[in-house]
Amino acid sequence: MKQCKAFIIGGSAGSLDVLLKVLPKVNVEISFPIIIVVHRKHGTDSLLPSLLSTRTSLHVKEVDEKEKIKAGTIYIAPSDYHLLIEQDETFSLDYSEKINYSRPAIDATFQTAAEVYQRKLVCLLLSGSNSDGVNGLKSVKAWGGTVLIQDPDSAQVPYMPEQAKLNVEIDRTLGVEDIAEFINLLL
Amino acid sequence: MAILVITDEHVEILLSDVLEKYGYDFTGYSRASLKRRISRVYALDKALSFAEFRYKVLNDPGYFKRFVEQITVNVTEMFRDPSFFRTLREEVLPKLGTYPFIRIWLAGCSTGEEAYSISIILKELNLLHKSLIYATDLNPSVLEKAAQSMFALSQMKQYSENYILSGGTKDFSSYYTANYSLVKFDDELKRKIIFSTHNLVSDHSFNEFQLILCRNVLIYFDRDLQHKVLDLFDESLDELGYLALGTKETIEFSRMANKYKRLPGEKIWRKIG
Repeated sequence: MKQCKAFIIGGSAGSLDVLLKVLPKVNVEISFPIIIVVHRKHGTDSLLPSLLSTRTSLHVKEVDEKEKIKAGTIYIAPSDYHLLIEQDETFSLDYSEKINYSRPAIDATFQTAAEVYQRKLVCLLLSGSNSDGVNGLKSVKAWGGTVLIQDPDSAQVPYMPEQAKLNVEIDRTLGVEDIAEFINLLL
Repeated sequence: MAILVITDEHVEILLSDVLEKYGYDFTGYSRASLKRRISRVYALDKALSFAEFRYKVLNDPGYFKRFVEQITVNVTEMFRDPSFFRTLREEVLPKLGTYPFIRIWLAGCSTGEEAYSISIILKELNLLHKSLIYATDLNPSVLEKAAQSMFALSQMKQYSENYILSGGTKDFSSYYTANYSLVKFDDELKRKIIFSTHNLVSDHSFNEFQLILCRNVLIYFDRDLQHKVLDLFDESLDELGYLALGTKETIEFSRMANKYKRLPGEKIWRKIG
């Protein structure tokens, strides 16, 4: 199994349900951070971290800018900022133009993480209705990382993983019930 | 762009060029954002090679101006984060209104949307006549735009909603005149705004203020530069003055933190020590 230094999940419409099903089954001893970037409405800030923290004993928190990224923590991208990863493995936030009508844009996080973690990055794209994340997955692939998508057949809104499938060479397509198991086998 | 054409090394070369030639110091900026912005303008302007791009930045002052404008983030809106502006309206500005004169520094004002937002609140509180808003940015071109007080008509629906959510009760459209796709805000609103260049990295304190706003600027700076800029704000803020930052920014890590008390629920701190 490839070594993982960061596991990043991108999702849009229909992805919350998947997260709620997957997180309870993720091993609390994971040796890497899980970073979650989902599109949501601005102003609903503190709800998502507290909702997700009811489903896992892992520490769940919304990202603070310049925060050092730690293993064994689940980080949530704040609404209305792009979430970027710096070379020194800290987070930074960015309020530049929306990308694919989205802020946070999954592309921005995937792309900056790809350059930092390179072969040790694993990214998963979930259900969603636009094509955010596809360019990001291309970068991940180009830097030698691992690219996963939710099986479009299992997605509430299959468009996003379908677009990834059409445009990027995917390493694994996972059903909802297989995602946690995949994460738990990463080192 | 799957792999960015601009490498980390390119970024460092450009930063040192720009510092040496023009005196603009971006070396304390967070790199991930900067690299994305540089790659973006590189692609937008269809640069032929890094060498050509570098040459233009160094030798064409007009292009350098564009470079600075493009690598800094100038996205802003009126009454963004309405609850923040509600606190200004209901708590901060009424307190400052008891002073004979209110000096406000809006650092990193970009195209001016927040300056006009504050001006509107001051007018409604009947404080505008005794206030002065110093709106500064490192970027001369955004200041030129700000001084025109013209914004896109297409934004007004959103701004009007923000305004109402922030506690505004007037008809928002009474503040501007629409002309095709643009609106122009009343000249009265800008009479008390001074637009001026100021670079937080290299320029010093230039006055004493009762309120300093700097929202979503510090996120682009590394920790060292954040410390430096917060010291500058501390130096420029009167006793019992207020410092307002962006939703995801804080002074908690800084050396001045113990002199400040945060207003519950907002990123506003009052200088108490």
